[in-house]
Amino acid sequence: MKSSGLPNVSWFRGRLATAWAVVVYLFLYAPLAMILLQSFNSARYGTKWHGFTTQWYRNLPANESVWEACVNSLWLAGSSTLVATALGTALAYGLSRHWFPGSDTVLRLLPLTVFIPDILLGVALLLVVGLLQQVHAVLGPGMTAMLIGHVTFQLPLVALVVRARMATLDPALEEAAMDLGATRWQTFRHVTLPLLQPGIGAAALLAFTLSLDDFIVSFCTTGPGATTLPIWIYASAKRGLSPEVHALSSVLVMAAVALTVALRLVQKKPWFST
Amino acid sequence: MTEQVPPNRHAVCARINPPGSPPRGRDAWERLCGWLLCGPGILWLILFCGLPLLALLATSFCQRGPDGEIGLPLTGENYRRLAGFGELGFDAFYPAVLMRSAGLALGTTSLCAVIAIPVALWLSRLAPAYKPAALMLVVIPFWTNLLVRTYGWQLILAPDSWLSRFLQALGWLAPEEGLYPGWSAVFLGMVCDFLPFMILPVYAAAERLDSRLMEAAVDLGANRWQAFRHAVWPQIKPGVTAGALLVFLPAMGQFVVPDLLGGARLMFLGNLLQQQFGPSRDWPFGAAIASVALLLVLLALWLRRGLSGPQPIARA
Repeated sequence: MKSSGLPNVSWFRGRLATAWAVVVYLFLYAPLAMILLQSFNSARYGTKWHGFTTQWYRNLPANESVWEACVNSLWLAGSSTLVATALGTALAYGLSRHWFPGSDTVLRLLPLTVFIPDILLGVALLLVVGLLQQVHAVLGPGMTAMLIGHVTFQLPLVALVVRARMATLDPALEEAAMDLGATRWQTFRHVTLPLLQPGIGAAALLAFTLSLDDFIVSFCTTGPGATTLPIWIYASAKRGLSPEVHALSSVLVMAAVALTVALRLVQKKPWFST
Repeated sequence: MTEQVPPNRHAVCARINPPGSPPRGRDAWERLCGWLLCGPGILWLILFCGLPLLALLATSFCQRGPDGEIGLPLTGENYRRLAGFGELGFDAFYPAVLMRSAGLALGTTSLCAVIAIPVALWLSRLAPAYKPAALMLVVIPFWTNLLVRTYGWQLILAPDSWLSRFLQALGWLAPEEGLYPGWSAVFLGMVCDFLPFMILPVYAAAERLDSRLMEAAVDLGANRWQAFRHAVWPQIKPGVTAGALLVFLPAMGQFVVPDLLGGARLMFLGNLLQQQFGPSRDWPFGAAIASVALLLVLLALWLRRGLSGPQPIARA
């Protein structure tokens, strides 16, 4: 790392900059800290401290709607990630290693689809699903529509992440495999795929998290019985704050922190390094 | 600035299939493989992204039937209404919503940039031992659920919270008044939400900063501001533009934060859309709003292309 020896150049390493960074970190974590704190507050209403309790956490497992939302969220995230990763990886590999008429257009449009705001995708799907519902009830809003929506916003991201990894691969490795008599499939299976694996893993994890976090697309395409955790939290926040929501949110925050730290540790290993 | 040049895909294809090689159905095979691999993904995006957006555009020219159904004849009435020219003469309500959303997105983007640039520079010059932890601390809020964070702000800014009571005691807030709901709450929530999207791209640019340029600037008698303006800013500008796009576009359509923190009086694009597709059930009008929003997004993307050339944008 370059570092300058002149004190007046390194002003953004100074005390003022550090203080600013600390303030910004506090700002980023303030809402999370508040939720965590309130989840242990025994007050049923309001944010005034009434004493320490773990009651809200103990209430959670008994709450059936939370369990249902949890199962729905995990099922949705799991299945949409599976579909999006398969389709996205094939798309990325195809675009990187094969030329076909239209592939340049796809390459140009793919990054654009990432930038379509969720709410526009959500209402567009809602419109189509609403129209299809009049044809048959199965085609209406619900888990299937949500699954389709999630895959649609995950797919371009997976394709871009895998493609970025693809671009760092040394083509000489594939050439060497083919020179040594490997078929296209063997080359892919034994050379390209293992090299791509970190990229695919990172893309799948990103897709999974985005699906778990997504509220807008789910909210637009949700139907009866298809409540996910974010939708449940939104409904509770709208209805009025209940301490169970604090507890559930804290659990989610802890899960996110654990996941990030775990990923960081995994990435330290040379095999997984990108 | 050193720019990473990705290996040329055509070069890779050409090396695997040398251009001079005899056809032997190789090209057709090549194309078939490409189609088989990319076909499902492309088809999915056309079916579930392209076509629905086109349907949205088409619906925006339809009319709302008495029961909320979508009907003919085709009309431009929805757009006229959105521009403020309804049946009852000029009404600034809808144009105001559009302006308010654009203002919110612009304000959020500028606030994020001003807050994030010092942090990103600080991060880039942090001792290597602390850097991974400091970066991870920026990423963690990004992985936590947006609703949870917004909900946390609701608690912090509520009228009976410590912060509100402190401000009430100072006389900055009327008694029994909170910061939420209102503009300040929306801005706090938005900036908190989008800050990582600005810090990370600017940090990526700052990592490659050539500090010799700054030293040279200082040697030549530049003060701190001049050194920043002429030696640092040009180098981090691509990161700031990338971050600005990552903040501006989602901020434009953001629904959760304005809805939960803005209260009923402040209507933004996202809430208006939700209202039209939800309770009001005026889908053609909603489709018109969505089409205009989509147009604005494309415009922003096109403007950015003009600003800094077609660069691949690394996300996440």
